[in-house]
Amino acid sequence: MKAAVITFPGSNCDRDLAVAFERAGAQVLRVWHKDTELPAGVDVVGIPGGFSFGDYLRCGAIAAQSPIGAAVKRHAARGGHVLGICNGFQVLTEMGLLPGALMRNAGLKFICKTVELQVATTDCAYTCGYAAGQVIKVPVAHHDGNYTADAETLAQLQAEDRVAFRYVANPNGAMGDIAGVLSANRRVLGMMPHPERVVDAATGGADGAALFAGLIGKMALA
Amino acid sequence: MMTEPTINEALIAAHGLKPDEYARILDIIGRAPSFTELGIFSAMWNEHCSYKSSKKWLRTLPTTGPQVICGPGENAGVVDIGDGQAVIFKMESHNHPSYIEPHQGAATGVGGILRDVFTMGARPIAAMNSLSFGLPSHPKTAHLVKGVVEGVGGYGNAFGVPTIGGEVRFHRSYNGNCLVNAFAAGLADADKIFYSVASGVGMPVVYLGAKTGRDGVGGATMASAEFDDTIEEKRPTVQVGDPFTEKRLLEACLELMASGAVISIQDMGAAGLTCSAVEMGDKGGLGIKLQLDDVPQRETHMTAYEMMLSESQERMLMVLKPEMEAEARAIFVKWDLDFAIVGETIPEDRFLILHGNEVKADLPLSKLASSAPEYDRPWVETPAAAPLGAVPAIGAIDGLRALIGSPNYAHKSWVYEQYDSQVMADTVVAPGLGAGVVRVHGTGKALAFTSDVTPRYVKANPFEGGKQAVAEAYRNLCAVGALPLATTDNLNFGNPEKPEIMGQLVGSLKGIGAACIALDMPIVSGNVSLYNETDGTAILPTPTIGAVGILTSLDDLISGQPQDGDLAVLIGTTLGHLGQSALLAEAFGIEQGDAPPVDLAAERRHGEFLRSHRKLIRAATDLSDGGLALAAFEMAEAAGLGVTLTAADIPALYGEDQARYLVVCTKNDAEALLNAAKSSNVPAEIAGRFGGSSVTFGTDAAPLAELSALYRSAFAKAVAG
Repeated sequence: MKAAVITFPGSNCDRDLAVAFERAGAQVLRVWHKDTELPAGVDVVGIPGGFSFGDYLRCGAIAAQSPIGAAVKRHAARGGHVLGICNGFQVLTEMGLLPGALMRNAGLKFICKTVELQVATTDCAYTCGYAAGQVIKVPVAHHDGNYTADAETLAQLQAEDRVAFRYVANPNGAMGDIAGVLSANRRVLGMMPHPERVVDAATGGADGAALFAGLIGKMALA
Repeated sequence: MMTEPTINEALIAAHGLKPDEYARILDIIGRAPSFTELGIFSAMWNEHCSYKSSKKWLRTLPTTGPQVICGPGENAGVVDIGDGQAVIFKMESHNHPSYIEPHQGAATGVGGILRDVFTMGARPIAAMNSLSFGLPSHPKTAHLVKGVVEGVGGYGNAFGVPTIGGEVRFHRSYNGNCLVNAFAAGLADADKIFYSVASGVGMPVVYLGAKTGRDGVGGATMASAEFDDTIEEKRPTVQVGDPFTEKRLLEACLELMASGAVISIQDMGAAGLTCSAVEMGDKGGLGIKLQLDDVPQRETHMTAYEMMLSESQERMLMVLKPEMEAEARAIFVKWDLDFAIVGETIPEDRFLILHGNEVKADLPLSKLASSAPEYDRPWVETPAAAPLGAVPAIGAIDGLRALIGSPNYAHKSWVYEQYDSQVMADTVVAPGLGAGVVRVHGTGKALAFTSDVTPRYVKANPFEGGKQAVAEAYRNLCAVGALPLATTDNLNFGNPEKPEIMGQLVGSLKGIGAACIALDMPIVSGNVSLYNETDGTAILPTPTIGAVGILTSLDDLISGQPQDGDLAVLIGTTLGHLGQSALLAEAFGIEQGDAPPVDLAAERRHGEFLRSHRKLIRAATDLSDGGLALAAFEMAEAAGLGVTLTAADIPALYGEDQARYLVVCTKNDAEALLNAAKSSNVPAEIAGRFGGSSVTFGTDAAPLAELSALYRSAFAKAVAG
């Protein structure tokens, strides 16, 4: 089971994501943004949180154009798994691997707090470790997490059961309370909350551990 | 080449140099200085860099102990945390820049303190900040609060360090002069600390990081002057921060240090290239030659004067092992940062600055560093405070309403939710009440951090106030189960040329020193910010204490919340000291009486008692501002529970006697704790119980929901302007 974690200049949750993968039993390979290929045999690519390229221009926009970006797209096109968290979610929307965009929070302020998320579907490798409708506690930490898409896209996400998580109490104005969405093949997940920060009860909760355990477990079977 | 200004009295004064200081320069170099040299002296000799008014008194502080690896004098203090690891920390002010340009002023304050930590080879793992603003009703306050909080958050969040604690206060004395004190702590292997001592002749001096622009030219001199109504003109002296560059600089520096290429390294902070080069040369007993044409520049036609005094951010200066140049350069190329050899170490005692074909400065380097003026400024002891007169009557719960309805004691989530407190995924206790705690990555150990001072106390009684700041920090660390290790101080005062202000500085340093000795928390780093006055009015004396404690095992952590039916046990002696209390200040605007006396032996005994009986304790908090009543309310409110205290009278509820804690225990454990207290000679009593949905003090009561709504809305309301 191999997980690649990409580091862009300005990524700051790359170590945290690597630790969460490792705890779940994955072998983690760190990948630099200037690399043009993913290491051979990678099962899942993790795009971490942070402020890639300083969030200059638009969150995730420059990272989406980096040399490794093309390799990530090829990996996704082959049916590979990609998990983007926070800035990673922003990067995935900028790459076009997920629909919609992350706009500035409705309150206009950066917001860091633990929120409740409802698991909106269990039909993917990322959420198969949870019960449908289960409410989990996961922190958010972002300035631009207000998920926005046109009505048609929202209807399609709903119809295809591609909303992975919804906020119980919406912190940022996201449409449809959407906290995380899946690609059409259900293998690319982008989410604003940080499950990698809650994989160890010693540091404020372990509700994120099932996401990594479920994912790695599914991959091991595949 | 541009013609340089003629050196005359006005120009000397504009550089913040007094006539006798200029005479000293003439004496040292035996001729008139060039314009660039005048700028260099001004940068090295201003209060901010030279500590010329405070040095005499700073020397009296306790700075050693078996836990101290490196005390004051380097970029930050280094303290042993066992297992070959060290915590490296410091607190520093960015007061004047933040008042002029709150967002950038605060942001670059955070950036500067982070560099102080990682220039020593440590990865930053925690940040805190202590903020003091004018009254919410003052026209500038809302703008300053918003800008400073955004600036602190914007920088720390992007850099990727958790902000896990701090303080925010409001007082009219800060109306024209806010305080922004930023703390950072990092983690390193104790045998891989990097210092600023250069060694070896002919070693390349390398410039690292961002390019040099004209921002911040003269910033340190500005920070050493009082403010008046020309303040808007000073905006161009504020630097602009770029946390994205800082994050890359961190990663590149840590890679560089691991490569073995670094002889010495120093961040370019106040007075930039000048200060960093002089410091490395001086410590190594070497001279430094710089060729300014090789300095990476962001703007065209920069003069030697501007380059030597620029405070452009995110820059480092390093002395490199020459054989490692290619490897070192490759690291900076990888991170898209500048790497330029700008000079070399030389055997003679010279600070030689070349630009074009001209010598712009040629000064005796060791004299620049060591012969800064040092003043034994006249001081007068602060007169004893008049006794507190009759206290107006107030209901027990109305007293609480006055406190929690004030932004000083309201819930601070408006502030700390703008800070990423969880990045690095090791945060054990997030901001809220008391100390913040982070795990030492990959271990079962943790470090606790707190910052404290009660400026009202320090003004009334600098000695007791100084002791109290350290004692409160000690208690906050003990209350999470941590062993207090060491301290950093950020001393914010008014104009030291006034004997009464100097008296505040001297008195509080004596108090801080006494407490640090008694509580075994030596001072390992610090910063002094003087001239915090506007139009002749000084701030409350604000010697902020940042302190670090260790939990050798997370099993020792106290971080629980009260549960329904738990008992509230009060540790320590309650006499009902209301002088300078939060209640009188908030309810009646009365700031009278003496500060509460601090019994350091009792502080130590009670703190050690708490730690050694951790197994009986579900939750704990120290008692400080607002006394028993506010502490009990805060604990209950966080748990969503009511609380009943038997105390009914105002002095018992709101008195601010020191060396006290409120501890939460189950009924059985409370009994055991009281017995243990008795045999340890520690005063302890049952003060009440948690549960229900109302807050009851004696016979006065109010619904928790009503008080909670006030507590959670008051801050946002106060700063909504």
